[in-house]
Amino acid sequence: MPEPGPIVGTSPIRKEGLAKVTGRAQYVDDITLPGMWYGATVRSTIARGCITSIAYDPAIDWSQFTIVTAADIPGENTIIHLTKDHPCLASENINHPAEPILLLAHPDKNVLHAAVEAVHVTYEDFPGVFTIEDSETGAAGDTSKVVWDHRGHGGSPNTFKTFLMQKGDDPLADSALQAAFQSADFIVEGEYRTGAQEHLYIENNGVIAEAFRAPNGSLDSITVSGSMQCPYYLVHALELVFNLPAEKCRVIQTETGGAFGGKEDFPSVIGSHAALLAMKSGHPVKICYDRAEDLIATTKRHPSRTRHRTAVSRDGKLLAGEIEVAIDGGAYATLSAVVLSRATIHAPGPYHWPHLTVRAKAMATNIAPHGAFRGFGAPQSLFALERHMDKIAKAVGLTPEELRRRNFLATGDHTATGQHLTDPVDMQGLLTRALHESNYHAKRAEFDRTNLTSTIKRGIGFAAFMHGSGFTGSGERRLNSLVKIKITPEGRPCILVSSTEFGQGTNTILSQVCAQTLRIPYDEVLVAQPDTAIVPNSGPTVASRTAMIVGKLVERASESVLATLGLPPHSAPLLSSRSAAEGSASPLDEPSNYTADQFRTTADQFRTTAVAYLAAHGSLTAEARYEAPNNIFWDDDQYKGDAYPTYAWAVYVAEVTVDTLTYIAEVKNFHALQDVGKVIHPILAKGQIEGGVAQGIGYALYEKCVYVDGLMRNNQMTNYIMPTSADLPPIHVHFEETPSIHGPQGAKGIGELPMDGPAPAILNAIEHATGIAFTEIPLLPEDIFERMSCTPVGSNEVGGTEDFKPAIDHDTRVEANA
Amino acid sequence: MTTVHFKINGEEKSVAAPPMKRLLDVLREDLHLTGAKEGCGEGECGSCSILMNGELVNSCLVPILQAEGTHIMTIEGVAHLVEKNEKLHPIQQSFLEKGGAQCGICTPGMILATHYLLDKYPQPTLLQIQEGLAGNLCRCTGYMRIFDAVQQAGRQNLTTGVAE
Ligand code: FES
Ligand code: FES
Repeated sequence: MPEPGPIVGTSPIRKEGLAKVTGRAQYVDDITLPGMWYGATVRSTIARGCITSIAYDPAIDWSQFTIVTAADIPGENTIIHLTKDHPCLASENINHPAEPILLLAHPDKNVLHAAVEAVHVTYEDFPGVFTIEDSETGAAGDTSKVVWDHRGHGGSPNTFKTFLMQKGDDPLADSALQAAFQSADFIVEGEYRTGAQEHLYIENNGVIAEAFRAPNGSLDSITVSGSMQCPYYLVHALELVFNLPAEKCRVIQTETGGAFGGKEDFPSVIGSHAALLAMKSGHPVKICYDRAEDLIATTKRHPSRTRHRTAVSRDGKLLAGEIEVAIDGGAYATLSAVVLSRATIHAPGPYHWPHLTVRAKAMATNIAPHGAFRGFGAPQSLFALERHMDKIAKAVGLTPEELRRRNFLATGDHTATGQHLTDPVDMQGLLTRALHESNYHAKRAEFDRTNLTSTIKRGIGFAAFMHGSGFTGSGERRLNSLVKIKITPEGRPCILVSSTEFGQGTNTILSQVCAQTLRIPYDEVLVAQPDTAIVPNSGPTVASRTAMIVGKLVERASESVLATLGLPPHSAPLLSSRSAAEGSASPLDEPSNYTADQFRTTADQFRTTAVAYLAAHGSLTAEARYEAPNNIFWDDDQYKGDAYPTYAWAVYVAEVTVDTLTYIAEVKNFHALQDVGKVIHPILAKGQIEGGVAQGIGYALYEKCVYVDGLMRNNQMTNYIMPTSADLPPIHVHFEETPSIHGPQGAKGIGELPMDGPAPAILNAIEHATGIAFTEIPLLPEDIFERMSCTPVGSNEVGGTEDFKPAIDHDTRVEANA
Repeated sequence: MTTVHFKINGEEKSVAAPPMKRLLDVLREDLHLTGAKEGCGEGECGSCSILMNGELVNSCLVPILQAEGTHIMTIEGVAHLVEKNEKLHPIQQSFLEKGGAQCGICTPGMILATHYLLDKYPQPTLLQIQEGLAGNLCRCTGYMRIFDAVQQAGRQNLTTGVAE
């Protein structure tokens, strides 16, 4: 039992840790049900076209297999996300390579591979659309390139969604913006691109489905267990595919071996497939993809293209900006609209823009649908912005630091959506501390000196950014999340939520919040397995919302337990600003300043009181439902208002080397400073940041999805390369803890933030090292080779960015109006 | 079918299986030891790592035939029973305390790789850890907490001798 005392802000052992270190944790592929069969998927071998025939090789005894086609679907042939454009199984049209066409099940999984190969599908093949540019041609009227029609949404072909975000309510906003461009000293333009990225969770997507029949033989209910983030998303998908009410679609999350967004929308596909096979075969059916199939069939991060056009004054003030964000959504709409929304809102970054227009669009291509991935659009638009800020600095003749200091948002400012920043914002302070921790100034000067004579060029660069916590816009209002706490017969609280644990620490931090509020030891708190038959819908486990939104609900439900039991409420937390280096907090600083003895007393008192209550009343379940704070408002039509309840703010600093003989760029040191509000569990929080930074380093320098005709060709771990333990630099994590009123004990979201900063910080550092302004990730040695070998030595690009000479970048335009 | 005899986590076993069946599948399907995971099936990720005669191997690459007469240790054999109570190995304890396991899918392999590393270098340097674990991918942690855990386990070697 841990020492009694404050719990939030300490690092108890994670709830499911013992099962994980002993190998006993049950992931879906570790589970075998009696009579279970195995499922496999026959997929399209073309990117775009029509199915003309399906033939079954007579060498195989097909009577031993269960075969499911679209015709077997009892409900609608759709995987519901935001729209119904995505079929569960293709019946006529093919819109991307590896699109599922039919499903096979057999008791012996070893025969499935050959069976899949023995289903021969022929097609009428149409030319595919594989780039944003090609898709735009379709949108502009080239009907041969229309691969997704508007299907009732009223927009242009090939266009899943568009947003227009304009600062200011003034109908003249646009002409004011144009006037700012007219009078600007500098206009700086740039185009930036990011590639697709694979989540590469080590556990592939997998599920086991069971179908139950009523006495009259009709389908009664479906149960799907598996690796996933959002059990209720899958419930919703099953309702449509099987035409069953929600309570007949039961979904259970098993231990999940990494997710990162890759198990947000995709389990709706694989879960529906396994359930169809279970329904038709009469057996439980397991589908667990192998790595090659997971890589070709499941979602990736949306590739993007972002264009900036910025009006800047001589003294480095941003006067006006026009930003165009385009993302490649793949073949179906899935979650692209909401990914695009986060990309749009994060595009202006942590800066004050007097005039700003952001135009954003999500385009269709013939690639497997892109989906949720940690950061959810923000890494793309922040990469563009933070590269562009360094470019502006160079154009104006300021250091990257000084340019940002002249434009940072501060407390009381309004964001581009008109959100009034009432929570404290101290980007100046964060930048000062980050540059200090990383010894930025001394290193910059040193590298400028040593680079003159070394073939290994060193550089240091940074990125400043923020990440909104919780669902975008009115999302949280719509989710209307519910949390319950049930008291067990032993008088212990059990947290009932659909929020899932997939490594980030959900079980642990929610237990900490509950324990601290009830003033009982952490080990007393239980967390129910997310099973939709038992747990309420606390919303999906996405969008950096679990600590802040669900945590707050757990806190409120715990308070309600105390009230029901007649126990004194938690003393109000002291919401004071405090900085804790490396997350280590002195217990004296803790908001709940009761003593160890009081703690132990309240623990005993809690059990006794709870058991007595149960004896008198039978049961006790407390609940808390999300209530939107009444000072938070979002207008979907105008695309204005409070985009997020609050933001996490950060500055990341990267130190790199670029070997001018091998063209290999490496990150040598990394500092990540962020204000995420109260840190609930310092070890988990540091682990989250480090893991995100590692993924960000991979995004910038290692991870490339190679597509040929829309199909990922490097669909193996041998040729899709993520960082190993030998590739990563020391990652130093620093927290500032400015509490937010929106989260429990002042906590904000943390999970996605670390994905946003590494890529631009690294490319900024590479520009410092080489003088070359790379604008695209992933940046592999061959890309560096290509640019370096065609950039003449002695051009004005070489020599770093701090020579204070306004420079003209050869591939983009910098104009001086004056 | 061949019958293969080996010792696993201290127990003698014989298994009848096709000779080319992967050791990983024999462990998971025939012996119901599901601690070793399949992340890639091609020797890249290390999530199927086990110790065979004290050597770290990827069980997805080993045909069961090659296991004849060997001593195998899987994650299930790393902790010990002390008077019917499970006593975690210091490596497991360190992974718990230092946050070395997040989603946990790489953890069994990572712990066995650490076991092997600490046998070779009881107090490894950071570089030895980085290189020693480079065959075991972890997508969650960024490895920093794992390095901490390995170092703590190494420090325990210093005081208690290598726990076996
Ligand atoms: S599964 Fe064996 S190394 Fe990946
Ligand atoms: S803890 Fe998830 S892959 Fe290592």
